[in-house]
Amino acid sequence: MIPELGHFALVIALTLALAQAILPLAGAATNRATLMGTARTLATGQFVFVAGAFAALVASFMANDFSVVNVATNSNSRLPGPYRFAASWGSHEGSMLLWTLMLAGWTFAVALFSRHLPERMVARVIGVMGLVSAGFLLFMLLTSNPFARLLPAAADGRDLNPLLQDPGMVIHPPMLYMGYVGFSVAFAFAIAALLEGRLDAAWARWSRPWTTAAWSFLTVGIMLGSWWAYYELGWGGWWFWDPVENASFMPWLAGTALIHSLAVTEKRGTFRSWTVLLAITAFSLSLVGTFLVRSGVLTSVHAFATDPARGIFILGFLVLVIGGSLALFAWRAPRVGLGGGFSPVSRESLLLANNVLLAVALAAVMLGTLYPLFLDALDAGKISVGPPYFEAVFAPLMAPAIFLMAVGPVASWKRAELPALWTRLKWAFAVAVAAGLILPFAFGRWSPLVAFGLLLAAWVIAASVVQVRARIALAPQSGLSARIAAQPAHWYGMVIAHLGIAIFIIGVTLVKGYETERDIRMAPGEKTVIGGYEFTFTGTKDVTGPNYLATQGQFEVRREGDIRIVRSMHPEKRVYQASGQTMTEADIDTGFTGDLYVSLGEPVGDGAWGVRVYHKPFVDWIWGGCLMMALGGILAIADKRYRSRMASHAKLDAALAPSKA
Amino acid sequence: MRSLKFVVPFVLFLVLAGFFAVGLQHDPRTIPSPFIDKPAPAFKLEQLHDPAKPFTPEDMKGRVWMLNVWASWCVSCRVEHPLLVEMSKRQIVPIVGLNYKDGRNEGVQWLDKFGNPYMLSAFDSDGRVGIDYGVYGVPETFVIDKQGIVRYKQIGPITPEALEKTILPLLKKLQA
Amino acid sequence: MRAALTALVLAFCGAVFGQAGPKTPDANVEARMKLLAEELRCLVCQNQTIADSNASLAVDLRNQIRGQIAEGRSDAQIRSYMVERYGDFVLYKPPFQGNTIALWVAPVVLLAGGALAFVVLVRRKRAAPDAPSGPRKAEITRLLDAKD
Repeated sequence: MIPELGHFALVIALTLALAQAILPLAGAATNRATLMGTARTLATGQFVFVAGAFAALVASFMANDFSVVNVATNSNSRLPGPYRFAASWGSHEGSMLLWTLMLAGWTFAVALFSRHLPERMVARVIGVMGLVSAGFLLFMLLTSNPFARLLPAAADGRDLNPLLQDPGMVIHPPMLYMGYVGFSVAFAFAIAALLEGRLDAAWARWSRPWTTAAWSFLTVGIMLGSWWAYYELGWGGWWFWDPVENASFMPWLAGTALIHSLAVTEKRGTFRSWTVLLAITAFSLSLVGTFLVRSGVLTSVHAFATDPARGIFILGFLVLVIGGSLALFAWRAPRVGLGGGFSPVSRESLLLANNVLLAVALAAVMLGTLYPLFLDALDAGKISVGPPYFEAVFAPLMAPAIFLMAVGPVASWKRAELPALWTRLKWAFAVAVAAGLILPFAFGRWSPLVAFGLLLAAWVIAASVVQVRARIALAPQSGLSARIAAQPAHWYGMVIAHLGIAIFIIGVTLVKGYETERDIRMAPGEKTVIGGYEFTFTGTKDVTGPNYLATQGQFEVRREGDIRIVRSMHPEKRVYQASGQTMTEADIDTGFTGDLYVSLGEPVGDGAWGVRVYHKPFVDWIWGGCLMMALGGILAIADKRYRSRMASHAKLDAALAPSKA
Repeated sequence: MRSLKFVVPFVLFLVLAGFFAVGLQHDPRTIPSPFIDKPAPAFKLEQLHDPAKPFTPEDMKGRVWMLNVWASWCVSCRVEHPLLVEMSKRQIVPIVGLNYKDGRNEGVQWLDKFGNPYMLSAFDSDGRVGIDYGVYGVPETFVIDKQGIVRYKQIGPITPEALEKTILPLLKKLQA
Repeated sequence: MRAALTALVLAFCGAVFGQAGPKTPDANVEARMKLLAEELRCLVCQNQTIADSNASLAVDLRNQIRGQIAEGRSDAQIRSYMVERYGDFVLYKPPFQGNTIALWVAPVVLLAGGALAFVVLVRRKRAAPDAPSGPRKAEITRLLDAKD
């Protein structure tokens, strides 16, 4: 009964989504307030029914209803509760429903927090989001019904893929989807603005908090995915340039460019058509990512079971949504007019350079990801494009962007003077160079790449310090705390996000430069030394988990030359009972200055095992840096200017009359 | 004409969509084997059932034959096995087994249990020969012609479809 | 069908056959092996490098590389040993050849294009009048920021 209710709720949600797409857009086009007024109600209704459907799916999983195909293939009666909950989005069908729920949720949020926007804008934004939602609901109902029944019901389920039986599964997909789908708001604002023919500061102001929110979620989502892969896959890697990772990284790059370009559009009215193109691109890349993961056109570790019918449907949907919006862009964008001028050295020009570099990096990542597909489509051979390519191409493009990132916030709008910039930043530069030259020696070995990485990070940090000091010193308030409190939240957000990049770079540089590993055969009693620690393998013991049996390796860890045990580590090799699949569960000793990481390979007879031991200096700074970036985003949204109530709509509408340019 | 640049993203997207449409009809996981139309790598191994007797592909010169890589631990080998047994009953082609990274006893027992379609199995316990043949997804099957040239490679179990449409016609052609 | 195959391939990734690295690793051999193996794709699990993968074949191939290093073969020889057996697909760093020219050249072309766009835009902006929407913008800002 519950699955049927869920299915029925999806059908109603589709009807509401269609109405939400048609009525407000028609109202906005014909200027009929009654029609435009339906937007919020319909968005709320759609959200309620999609949420109802999602609750029905979760209930089916929690109740072990193995008469539902989705539950029977992705869960098991012995699966622990939290993972049964997370299994709701473990399959293609379930994750589509999660995606749609997020979309309905974002639309509902727009309906709630848009009281201060002109009615016509709101109607169009919600209408466009309804259109997207209708597409996804239709997709689910036609090709991927999460509530399909299995007759007769299975006695027990086939179990969730053991890789997904992890706390990461509970939180990574929702965060990632919040980010992906969140860009739909910026997208809808962009389409609404193109329809309206106005792309100005007001539009940029309204788009900014939504874009930043989505970007923050996406940052956390990607970070969680990376961390999860690190501890779950058993070889200590944290980023593989896998097509699906790239599929999440491309919208992130577009979103990062968009955040910066929106800043210019809001402050100076410049880069309008570029900004609107980025808004379309960011969400389009989210949609393309969905296509890549679910159609089977690329080989990936994450790929869902694929079905050509789904691929064709999503491709058709892509052509409609992305093709339609880019056509609208080609038609309307030439009329949006130009913004103010600026000199070759100014914050605008620096942000422009940042956007150019991010766009080129995005294009390069996209090319590398899709190149095997291009060649295959042309029957020109099967090749692989992997980490060596992306690292060779991406790092050189990002290095100058990060160098400029430190200068941007110090430069003034419109016109900055190079000598003045130099005066302000010369000490920061000296600190950075010194850090690059000297710090690597502290880790024992100097290499040009480590030196360069640390120089960049130190440069960002030192320039941020310069900037914060200057800004607080120049504040008109008396008293340090008053001055600190007087600075706007969005500025603090920017500073923290930039510092997050520096922390991230430190992590990447040190772990790449100094990580060590041993891939060896160990018999009980044998030792190996790594990163100043001595590992003794004392044997294995059998342990029983809730739904698996495991062989647990026993390791004693001592500092080199010391007899005291500082830690014992227990990596596991698990066999999940329902599916019979084996899993490697690494044990990680997390520390501020680095991780020790042990994973078990295969038994090689006489109690000996293949063992992999890693020392990963400063690896956690990678994810710490990402969290700081997201925190910066959240601070930026908290800025009170986004919540300030505005003058009457009539006045605003008058002021926003279509520009004559 | 200045507004022409605004059409560029639209056009680029259409090209991309075209590639996606073609890509939907390809399987990215099938990898063309570099061995096709090249001589089958030479090796010399003990036979599974008789360590005293060596086997080398040289022995098969002048005959069209199939080299089938299998192992007792390989689950999907069981999927294709009935097809191989049937082929050997009908004496379509001599099939040589390459018992890959297996134990001698396990291999022999497995054949006793599921039937032995092989004229003989070469015993590749450390997988060296497997590496020389680029084996990565057991079972794999090579069709080798009279001159000892590899003509076809099946990765994964032989499906009835692949047998019907590709392997049997090819064998007929090579044997003619 | 493809899904079933994927499941089989995945099952194979975790199969238990019993290989391991050497008992007493030689640091130089290990370092060179790692650099090489990081550029090679494991065909069993397809989205891991041979350095990362715990698949039995990857362990074998790591040992194969170790052996060949010990025999004094060059990196290029070892790479071509792999390509002979598994094709170009095994190389994560595609070789510079006919069908990869676009892949390797495009980033440079894109960057040049981006630099050109930057220069053109900055020149045009320098010539542009200061914010044609100046007064209107001030009005909008005032209205946006107005508190009631």
